[in-house]
Amino acid sequence: MANSDNNRRKFMATTLQSVGLTALGGMLWSGYCDEAKASPLVLRPPGALPEEQFLDACIKCGLCAEACVNRESNKNRDGTQREGTIKMAKGGDHRLIGTPYFIPTEVPCYMCDDIPCVPVCPSGALDMKSLLNEKKELDINKAEMGLAIVHKESCVAYWGLQCDACYRACPLLDEALTLDYQKNERTGKHAFLLPVVHSDICTGCGLCEKACITEKPAIFVLPREHSMGKAGDHYVKGWDKKDQQRAGNRKLDEIETHDERSQKTPSDYLNREIEY
Amino acid sequence: MSLNRRDFLKSSAAVAAASAVGIAIPQEAQAKAKEAESDWRWDKAACRFCGTGCGIMLATKEGRIVAVKGDPAAPVNRGLNCIKGYFNAKIMYGADRLKTPLLRMNDKGEFDKHGKFKPVSWQRAFDEMETHAKKALKASGPEGVAVFASGQYTVMEGYAAQKMMKAGFRSNAIDPNARHCMASAVVGFYQTFGIDEPSGCYDDIEITDTIVTWGSNMAEMHPILWSRVTDRKLSNPDKVKVVNIQTYTHRTCDLGDFNIIFSPNTDLALWNYIAHEIVFNHPEAIDWDFVKENIIFTAGPTNIGYGMRRAGEKSLKDGKYTAKEMETISKEMEKKISAKEAPALAPYGYKEGDTMKNTAGTLKHWKISFEEYKKSLEPFTLDYVAKIAKGDPNESLESFKKKLQDLVALYVEKGRKVVSFWTMGMNQHTRGTWVNTLSYNVHFLLNKQALPGNGAFSLTGQPSACGTAREVGTFCHRYPADLMVKNPKHRAKVEKIWSLPAGTLNPVGNQHIMKIHRDIEDGVVKFAWVNVCNAYQDSASASHWIKAAREMDNFIVTSDGYPGISAMVSDLVLPSAMIYEKWGAYGNAERRTQHWRQQVLPVGDAMSDTWQWMEFSKRFTVKDLWGPYTLRNGKKLADVRADAKKLGYNDDTSMYDIIYANKGKKYKIDMNKFPQKGYDNSECIGDSRNVKGGDGKVFKGYNFMVHEYLFEEYASFGRGHGHDLAPFEVYHKVRGLKWPVVDGKETQWRFNVKYDPYAAKAVKKSGSKSTHAFYGPLAKNILQGTLTGPDKKLGKYALPNKAKIFARPYMDPPEMPDENYDTWLCTGRVLEHWHSGTMTMRVPELFRAVPEALCYMHPKDAKAKGLKRGELAWVESRRGKVKARVETRGRNRPPQGLVFVPWFDEKVFINKVCLDATCPMSKQTDYKKCAVKITKA
Repeated sequence: MANSDNNRRKFMATTLQSVGLTALGGMLWSGYCDEAKASPLVLRPPGALPEEQFLDACIKCGLCAEACVNRESNKNRDGTQREGTIKMAKGGDHRLIGTPYFIPTEVPCYMCDDIPCVPVCPSGALDMKSLLNEKKELDINKAEMGLAIVHKESCVAYWGLQCDACYRACPLLDEALTLDYQKNERTGKHAFLLPVVHSDICTGCGLCEKACITEKPAIFVLPREHSMGKAGDHYVKGWDKKDQQRAGNRKLDEIETHDERSQKTPSDYLNREIEY
Repeated sequence: MSLNRRDFLKSSAAVAAASAVGIAIPQEAQAKAKEAESDWRWDKAACRFCGTGCGIMLATKEGRIVAVKGDPAAPVNRGLNCIKGYFNAKIMYGADRLKTPLLRMNDKGEFDKHGKFKPVSWQRAFDEMETHAKKALKASGPEGVAVFASGQYTVMEGYAAQKMMKAGFRSNAIDPNARHCMASAVVGFYQTFGIDEPSGCYDDIEITDTIVTWGSNMAEMHPILWSRVTDRKLSNPDKVKVVNIQTYTHRTCDLGDFNIIFSPNTDLALWNYIAHEIVFNHPEAIDWDFVKENIIFTAGPTNIGYGMRRAGEKSLKDGKYTAKEMETISKEMEKKISAKEAPALAPYGYKEGDTMKNTAGTLKHWKISFEEYKKSLEPFTLDYVAKIAKGDPNESLESFKKKLQDLVALYVEKGRKVVSFWTMGMNQHTRGTWVNTLSYNVHFLLNKQALPGNGAFSLTGQPSACGTAREVGTFCHRYPADLMVKNPKHRAKVEKIWSLPAGTLNPVGNQHIMKIHRDIEDGVVKFAWVNVCNAYQDSASASHWIKAAREMDNFIVTSDGYPGISAMVSDLVLPSAMIYEKWGAYGNAERRTQHWRQQVLPVGDAMSDTWQWMEFSKRFTVKDLWGPYTLRNGKKLADVRADAKKLGYNDDTSMYDIIYANKGKKYKIDMNKFPQKGYDNSECIGDSRNVKGGDGKVFKGYNFMVHEYLFEEYASFGRGHGHDLAPFEVYHKVRGLKWPVVDGKETQWRFNVKYDPYAAKAVKKSGSKSTHAFYGPLAKNILQGTLTGPDKKLGKYALPNKAKIFARPYMDPPEMPDENYDTWLCTGRVLEHWHSGTMTMRVPELFRAVPEALCYMHPKDAKAKGLKRGELAWVESRRGKVKARVETRGRNRPPQGLVFVPWFDEKVFINKVCLDATCPMSKQTDYKKCAVKITKA
């Protein structure tokens, strides 16, 4: 216990150093906000509110990072502590100072079953509700920290090499990451085993990015709003019964379309006269 | 002219694409591409890693390997690689390569077993080796000098090492780590076919309709072959079936039409069940014409123990084993027949509760009738087998039975081609030889062996377990081309080829790799040299061997590219040239021999293992080594010094001359000739580093073509005897050839008259009309009897050109989970890391991908033991314990009651936990089964 208290003190000290002079108040923070805006691609701990709300809610207390580093599963074999997943942004990190984040290639989120980092959040910036499953239990599989993307040109599996390191590393193997099997027509006797990420299941833990064997990972995690496109909700896949769920929440007051061509009222348009 | 990277890529890609489709491209673009690549020299080689044997091309620039590509012309991989192969260009360049010999010394510069490692010259290193080898010889005779050899030796290294050991030192204590990986497959081949290595080849994959894997995670361990299996499945998904028979669910199971999870060791029962169904319920599926023409039925003793230490051995008497360890070891001498195995042993005269008195393992077997064989199968009913073999407690018996029946249906279906693949699951097994032979039983009964697309096929783990360990014969009991140490005619033949006085060769070849460790612990072996392996990390019951090495009066030497556990345990460490820093050849699992040239100079003062053996041999003369000896068992080795004189040697002739140079000299250096032209050749002509050799002088080369000599002399053993290899030079032009290479043609399916010239010749000679001839010469004249024993009155039975079906029951392994140690432990590899990780853990990308070995377990087991994912747990056996991090998700999904811990990570030293029980016939360690308890750390 003594050791753990010691660690805690050390941790708090460094956190406070990095957080800086929190006590000086909000005025100071606005000065650092540019740093956050400069780099929106930051990955937050599980359960984080959408980025803007998160930044409003997070009181930069560091309790999530402390819970992460102090968890029982974060010990080396000699009993010393490993670096935690969650870091608190310091000056120069190009993230809003004092807010928690993680970098998968350094320490990914190991998706602890009991999610120690979330219940300790005093402000609700890490929202427990978002992580509850149907049984109302905390469920790390519900986390949406980010979404992995495969860059096909640099992914050696798309060259035909036998890799699937990301697939094997995925804690939701065969759910969040599956392999697409295709014939390799060039060799005539081998198959491609291609990693494909499923955004409805991927939590953005980053274990795939850490495991990727290319020089710079060909699979990497970005915050979901930056890694996902969005198809129009006016169109429903005719072959997929569930797809209406995606489209079903169209707002009626947004049904009317506006663009350059429809800017003018019909009469304004018609009264313009045509040149001839 | 400057060309930026993007321009370079563009133009070289354009050239490649254009030339592929035969388009003429503008001269200017072509010139540009040439200029950028002009200082990259590409040459072919083989991948450093597994037994698949992928071909690669290496690019060198200014003496460094800068790039690798899969060789598009290589038939195995057609330009592809797995992720270990992808890093071939990086494996030699870890920052901590060994560059100079290191000796444990005191402050005065003297050797001191408790001293710290300090750099010494090669001369000093060989001085120490000479002193300690001579000391060991004086104390224990040839049995006191040992070598931990390798399935990763090049063909030439293996040949150089075994020749000096067996002819020079007259010691058979040279045994490879391949003993740990495929010895059971070898004895299976010997007993069944009378000759080593598979009948089929990888082409079976594209031809077969059914792939059944037994104890093999092919997807991770043979990824390129697995991609061929996957392609085969994709090509006809409805017809082609994939079934995986494993003790836990892993990556390979992803492709399975269904997967059978069985209780460890009951693969013996599963094979017998299939045979039972064929014989009792589908007799129409038996091809009696084939069986009568080609097969006999045989049996052997069952009370053969488990290859552990036996009562009376010194270290047991000295109390070096704890009471807990003895609980397991005592079963080596006798055991109680359990309820689980009793029905299977009933035909052999045992019942539950009987005491089985074990004798040491034996290869003896005798001919029995088909009726006797049928009797041995009788117990293996669906009910019995399903009851003992179901490995997942959460699966219903009905579901399991249905799978067994479906499996039988696939094997017996008329016209359906079936390949059974296996790797370590069936080899690392205390009845490994048995289970290997049981696989052929099924294929033989159905006439589905040695035919295109049909056959049981042993996949090899190491890149040259076949090519070097087996074909060259770097085992304690064999020589090249399946010649046997204990056979006087074979020894005479070897003595003739090696120009040795008659009686030089030692007839006792029993120091297999575990025996060498045990002999060190017993104080018999006092000098041991580790070559191209990590004997102190890869052997089970590791703490015993490490303690013996560090605390007893002996001298341990390790040659390696990087420092690892074996080097740390040693007294002297030698820096070895790594794979592409030397000429070499490997032989893969489908009998394909592949050569490469030295691509670059070794780093620092590193030199090849071949060179180390040759330098070492200079330290010994006829009078040093060829005097009389009395072996432990009382056998005498004759004084052959007088006879040596008749061969033109004298007392002071050095072993270097006798073993290497006398005959080697006729293989000339010719740097203007292919394949030598333009390539480094450090052993033969020295190199620009001016490394100082064993005599302290700058090494200028042996001045003959060492690699060609070693290869050609080795090849001379097998030519004309079913092991034919092509000439040295040919292998530098082709992408490997599958032996036997007869009239320039390789052989795809051995023993098949249509494809194998040796089989055709045998059939022609015997005048039979058979489609096959199992012409292997070993154990072809045997006693006859019943399941319970031979009857000498019946006389011997000769079976030329025939193979054997063996009656062999299910038996329990010696250590099974009980109330104190309640969990099975299985070890193995992961795709990212090779063996003990000395190379792959130094590739940053691979280290990042898998930095530590995890303990994979079932989530319910973890919960019951109060463990969460990611927490550290003790994995503890009767022998030791290690801490490993628990993983309950992901690639390996064990059933309840079993954990899997890979062995690559020296920090999770799982071999301290594993049991050194072996198949008593093959002496291969069972790394797949021991009993552990898992507790929170």
